[in-house]
Amino acid sequence: MGGSFTINHLVYLLQGMMWTVVLSALAFLLGSVAGFGVMLMRTARTRLLRQISFVYVQVIQGTPLLIVLFVVYFGLGVVGIELPPLLAAGVSLMVYCSAFLGEIWRGCVESVPRTQWEAAEGLALTRWQTLVDVILPQAARIATPPTVGFLVQVLKSTSLASVVGFVELTRAAQVVNNSLFTPFLVFGIAGVLYFALCYPLSRWSRSLERKLNVGRRQAA
Amino acid sequence: MKYTFDFASLQEYWPEFLRGALMTLEMTVIACVFGLVIGVLCAIGRRGKRKWLAALCGAYVEVVRNTPYLIQIFFIFFGLSSAGLRLPIFAAAVLTMVFNVGAYTAEIVRAGMDTIHPGQIEAAEALGLSVPQIYWDVILRPSLERVYPSLTGQFVLMMLSSSVTSQISAEELTGVANSVQSESFRSFETFIVVAGLYFVLAMLLKLAFHLFGQAIFPRRRRLGTPL
Amino acid sequence: MSAVVKLHDIHKSFGSVEVLKGVSFEIDKGEVVAIIGRSGSGKSTALRCINRLETIQSGTLEVCGHRIDHADLDLRALRQDVGMVFQSYNLFPHLTVEENITLAPRRVKKLPTRDARALALSSLERVGLAEKIDAYPEQLSGGQQQRVAIARSLAMQPKVMLFDEVTSALDPQLTGEVLRVMEILAQGGMTMAVVTHEMAFARRVADRVIFMHQGRVWETGPGAMLDDPQTPELRAFLANGL
Repeated sequence: MGGSFTINHLVYLLQGMMWTVVLSALAFLLGSVAGFGVMLMRTARTRLLRQISFVYVQVIQGTPLLIVLFVVYFGLGVVGIELPPLLAAGVSLMVYCSAFLGEIWRGCVESVPRTQWEAAEGLALTRWQTLVDVILPQAARIATPPTVGFLVQVLKSTSLASVVGFVELTRAAQVVNNSLFTPFLVFGIAGVLYFALCYPLSRWSRSLERKLNVGRRQAA
Repeated sequence: MKYTFDFASLQEYWPEFLRGALMTLEMTVIACVFGLVIGVLCAIGRRGKRKWLAALCGAYVEVVRNTPYLIQIFFIFFGLSSAGLRLPIFAAAVLTMVFNVGAYTAEIVRAGMDTIHPGQIEAAEALGLSVPQIYWDVILRPSLERVYPSLTGQFVLMMLSSSVTSQISAEELTGVANSVQSESFRSFETFIVVAGLYFVLAMLLKLAFHLFGQAIFPRRRRLGTPL
Repeated sequence: MSAVVKLHDIHKSFGSVEVLKGVSFEIDKGEVVAIIGRSGSGKSTALRCINRLETIQSGTLEVCGHRIDHADLDLRALRQDVGMVFQSYNLFPHLTVEENITLAPRRVKKLPTRDARALALSSLERVGLAEKIDAYPEQLSGGQQQRVAIARSLAMQPKVMLFDEVTSALDPQLTGEVLRVMEILAQGGMTMAVVTHEMAFARRVADRVIFMHQGRVWETGPGAMLDDPQTPELRAFLANGL
């Protein structure tokens, strides 16, 4: 150990923070697309699709993200697909996000009253038209607060990418700490940086939820 | 490239896996018990009249909920040892879990307490119950019954998150998996097996929580309706 | 007859709004007093001051020998002497009828568990609901829930019982069963203060009626005063219903 914390260390941490944001964005975007698919399957009319997606969600939600990460990272490596750490982490997080977002959104779609489906069917809309034009716009309003809240989960989860050597904020903090060995300081700063990313989102999610609840009460 | 799965060579490690799984369970149970105590106290503190205590409890909850568990682990584990306090790894790992799950529990329990109608507390006051009695019989018991599903869901998530303590060399299921895969060179199979074991643990835990809930909440058992 | 409840010149404000502007009245042992008035007249607030669910700003208030305006008031002793029944029943939803009734006796009076069921049963018999002893509140009708709430209060053997618009949340057909229970209590000699909108009940059962208006006791007299109001305010109140 030696040396003290300098501006260079801080810059290094901030670069790591940038990669945390990049990885989070990647995971969230890919996870949203996959999660939308999961939601469609979970609410499908075909029983088999519902069952498959149910098992998928149960398995992913019943497995630690770290293990998913190892399976993707080592597994695909062994099979011969060499993934760079960013992509390996991105794919794992996508899988993780798809299961959770799919479940969150399914709940929102199902909270739209059944009568809305029936009314749309009465107007001879197809199932897809009903979903896109009638159900989703209503579900989206309900889905916004928990989705923003889940973004916080994604940001925090990216710290696990450090385990497969991707230099995001947590990995950067480890590297700095290994040379300085001032863990309270270094991990404290990393914690503050994560907090700076997550806390505004948490607040936003809560205020969105409050507004939604007020709106609902006034409608009732 | 063609890959042949080889699960057979993992058979000799079965006792290791089992030991790791048991340790994961053990850590989870201890963490949940203490986490529940901290969470309940913290939720009460946040509702209380002492401003500084409410602020302190609120800050704890927000800090934990808005930073990664892995950072919390490093901060506590390496931090404590740099301060000269070298805890056994098991204790350190459980400590970080308690710290983490306590905050989530506090938030869930607080949400439950917020659903208690003020009239309930007035009725209890009018019957002459003391403040601690009111907290226990009229606020906490129905709150815990109401939030039991989200609370136990959080505990299952904690069990899964405990895999991260392998990063400070805890010998729980993931830690075992790490050593097995480096010995056997069967990383893919190892982690698939371990994924399966975690899944089984999660299901077992859910079942146990369900049965426990039936035992401690007679109303739920008899009526089957949420409170 | 000695007064068990004595209010003298009670003042009470919520923020800048003064809701009680010098209220005085007494209730004798075994007396049934009906308190009537428009919403906002202060009648519920006055009632809630009696067992100190509301604190008062000034005046003297004595209930069963407890000086409620004193700093050294033993609040829990007071509440053992004063039972209260609420408009919204406030039964504990996670407890059975038996547990609702015996919670306070067990916790406050340290009633042994083996005697709890007998106490619950005898209290329930007084409100005619013995067969519901093992039910949960949500399995009961509103009227039944309110009768259990009365039984819960009775189980503490209070010296005075306060009723705060106990039938206002009930359908008309369920109101009768609750009022009948209260009438039987009154005949049994219970000291009762009843805030109510049920004029027929006040006329028939109450020994005395207190009409409150704008935070003051406006007119008081026997039940028959409702047939011959002296003040224009009471006349208007009776004419317009609520």
